[in-house]
Amino acid sequence: MNIVTNNHLEGVNSKALAKARRKEGRLFFNLSLPSLITILIVVFIPVFWLSSLSFFDRAGVFSWENYDRIFQSQLYIKTFIVTLKISFITLFFCILLGYPLCYWLSQLPDRLAGILMVFVLLPFWTSILVRTYAWLVILQRNGIINDTLISIGWIDEPLQLAHNLTGSIIGMVHILLPFFILPLFASMRSIDTNFIRAAISLGSTPRGAFWRVFFKMSLPGFFAGTVLVFVLALGTYVTPALLGGGKIQMLAQRIDSTIMLYSNWGAASALGVVLLILAFATIWIFNRAFGIDKLFMR
Amino acid sequence: MAAIEMVGKRKNNNIWLGVVGVCVLFILSLPTLIVIPMSFSGASYLEFPPESWSFRWYESYFGSSEWMRSTKTSLLVAFLTTLIATPLGSLAAYGLTFTSARVRNASQLLVVIPILVPVILIAIGVFHLYAKLGLNYTITGIVIAHTSLAVPFVIITVLAGLKNYDFNQELAARSLGASRPRALLTITLPQVKFSIQTGALLAFITSLDEVVVSMFVSGGENATITRRMFNSLRDQVDPTIAAISTCLIFVSVSALVTVIIFNRNQNKDQS
Repeated sequence: MNIVTNNHLEGVNSKALAKARRKEGRLFFNLSLPSLITILIVVFIPVFWLSSLSFFDRAGVFSWENYDRIFQSQLYIKTFIVTLKISFITLFFCILLGYPLCYWLSQLPDRLAGILMVFVLLPFWTSILVRTYAWLVILQRNGIINDTLISIGWIDEPLQLAHNLTGSIIGMVHILLPFFILPLFASMRSIDTNFIRAAISLGSTPRGAFWRVFFKMSLPGFFAGTVLVFVLALGTYVTPALLGGGKIQMLAQRIDSTIMLYSNWGAASALGVVLLILAFATIWIFNRAFGIDKLFMR
Repeated sequence: MAAIEMVGKRKNNNIWLGVVGVCVLFILSLPTLIVIPMSFSGASYLEFPPESWSFRWYESYFGSSEWMRSTKTSLLVAFLTTLIATPLGSLAAYGLTFTSARVRNASQLLVVIPILVPVILIAIGVFHLYAKLGLNYTITGIVIAHTSLAVPFVIITVLAGLKNYDFNQELAARSLGASRPRALLTITLPQVKFSIQTGALLAFITSLDEVVVSMFVSGGENATITRRMFNSLRDQVDPTIAAISTCLIFVSVSALVTVIIFNRNQNKDQS
């Protein structure tokens, strides 16, 4: 029926209509120009300019020497390894803590799940500095964790929890966990539980139905959360700077100190380019598989 | 049959799953709140639970002209950022809903990039752009930088709101003689106002809590509170920070509660 009507329209004015729609689209695209231009000027151009510095040597001639240098320097190699290590460990704990929570929430009645989500949104809306400071207080030598463990006699000496790798990872998991939970929860929410009932009534075990149906259907949200956590972890600056006690140097801080302390723009820029490539490769794969709009959705 | 019951909604009998869930919710929300009792401590170092209580850290915060100046800077910057980013982002979201899917997807990619690009690269890049323009350490400079970081959140929020809106209502208004701007202002705007308000609050919080770009482009007379806090945290753990943090938590909680109330009103309106 529909097809017939469309064919009929095509005979009359569909070309003009399509043209008018395209024209309207172009006209309305202009409304988004102020935002896009602001982003272009403040984000794209400066980042592009900074990246371009890596392709020139100190005399201003095109060369790969900055890349040669960063991949030969033990210091920079170590920074890459630490950054990837922390990012993967953070991601691991976000999945470990986030997936069961989302699964549990998605099985609760809507109203209750909505109320409990406030506990996820609260840290999401709270300053990263405040949250990092709170962990500094909790994890310090005479902090609440060490005091409790000593008073119940589990340990004699305070554990070194802050100012090292452990502290950095705890802080980063806390800060990035909501970025994993929000897309995953939205994804699980939209799964129709009848599919799982159907799988079981067709002979699947509950465990089999969970993995083959529910888990598979939650994958878009799972990967959206994974990409967000991993990409944001790669570029983290604040948390390891405060909870790492100067011992943990991730890429972002290394870039900062390479410029601010050593004025080595070429090397810092090359580090930045590698960081961007890592981040965008991750996003690109996700975009091919699911589409970029799934990254921040509903 | 029992198996079907087991996975049925509301019949989850996995107690351990609930225990894990509750624990994770605790880990997410409780640690931050520890700074509230700490801020009322009477001791000059951090102890928990505090043995004596006082307002001395609030006095030290509100009595310090430096802290007060950077608080004013941060609030002014956040306010101006919200004022600019909200209309810009809302217009962009409205415009993008009418464009072809290809243009929309490309624009969305452009819009989410500021959130995903490592912020240190933006900070260093903007710092040097501003050095050429003389915008470093100026309110204008900080507001422009924060606007470009806040606009994506407004666009994402309003786009989500527009997705649930039936544009036929606007078409109906226009077919009844309303001009396009009038249809937008009187029919569409009131129905997506909750998402615009949510976007505005997100923009405010994004600016108020922004650290890394502020570290580079703010300073001197116009140092933001986050810049001052970061430097002070790197040096030593000063309990004044607990008092400031408590104030910031209060702002965040108020913003979140407002958003929740918006959402509830919206759901009420729609049903």
